[in-house]
Amino acid sequence: MNWFKYASPQTFYPLAGKLVPLFWVAALVLSAVGLYIGFFVAPTDFQQGESYRIIFIHVPAAWMSMFIYLVMAVWAAIGLVLNTRLSSMMATALAPTGALMTFIALWTGALWGRPTWGTWWVWDARLTSELILLFLYIGFMALHASIDEPRRADKAAAILAIVGVVNVPIIYFSVKWWNTLHQGASVSLTRAPSMASTMLLGMLVMAIAFWMYSIAAALTRVRSIILERERRSAWVGTLQEN
Amino acid sequence: MQWGSFENFLAMGGYARYVWGSFGVTLVLLIGEVVLLRRRHEAALRDARRQAQLGGEA
Repeated sequence: MNWFKYASPQTFYPLAGKLVPLFWVAALVLSAVGLYIGFFVAPTDFQQGESYRIIFIHVPAAWMSMFIYLVMAVWAAIGLVLNTRLSSMMATALAPTGALMTFIALWTGALWGRPTWGTWWVWDARLTSELILLFLYIGFMALHASIDEPRRADKAAAILAIVGVVNVPIIYFSVKWWNTLHQGASVSLTRAPSMASTMLLGMLVMAIAFWMYSIAAALTRVRSIILERERRSAWVGTLQEN
Repeated sequence: MQWGSFENFLAMGGYARYVWGSFGVTLVLLIGEVVLLRRRHEAALRDARRQAQLGGEA
C-alpha cells in the first residue's frame, strides 16, 4: 500500500469522509457507556462525595489538551520540513479542538477546585501552565489567521507550535516539580492507580470517547480546510457528494 | 441503582452545581463545535461548487 498517496489533499479528502462517521459513532457510543459507568456504576468517593464525578470529563479533556498539542506540533513540523500541505492543514484543523479541550479542562477544574480546595483558581504550576497552553493554541490560530498567504501562515504558525511544545512536559510534570494544590497523577504506567477500578474504567472509557470525538472533529475540519484552500483546483470542481 | 431517586441523582450529594456545571457546559461546547463544523463544511462546499461553475463558464 502506498501511504504517500494519502499525503495529497485530493486522495485524503474522500478517505477522511469515509472515516469521519465511524469516529462520530464511536464517540457517541463510548460516551454513553462511559457516562453510565461514571454515574451509575462507580461508587461515591469517600473523601469528595459526588463532586469527584467531574473527573470523568476533567481528566480526559486535560489529557486530550496536551496530546492534541503534541500531534498538532508534529504535523506542523512535518509540514515545515517536508513542505507537505496536508500536514500543515492537519495542524490547523487540530488547533480549535485542542483549545476547546484545554478550556474544558480549565473550566471543569475550576468547578472541581471550588468544593475540594475552596477556590476556583490558584496561580500554581499545573493550572498556570495549562492556561499557557490555551494561550498557545489561541496564538497559533491568531497567527495563522493573520497571514494571508496560506503556506507562509503554515510556516509561521509551525514555528510557534514547535517552540510551544516545551510547555507540555511542564504541564505534565508540574505536579512533581513544584508544590501545587493540584493532586499528583492518579494513573501512571509504573504503579497501581490510586482509585477504585470502576472509577478508573469509567475514566478510561471517557478518555477513549474524547479521543474519538477529537479525531472526528479534526478530520471534519481538515476536509473543510482542504475545500477552502483547494477550491480553485480541478478536482474540487468535480466533487459530487459531500 | 445507587441514587434511590431521580431527585437524589440531580442533587449529586449537594454538589449539583459543580457536577452539572461541568457536564452541562462541556456538552454545550461540544455540540457547539459540531454545529460550527457542519456550517463551515456546508459553506466550503457551496464556495467550491460556485468556483467550479465560474471556472466552467470562463
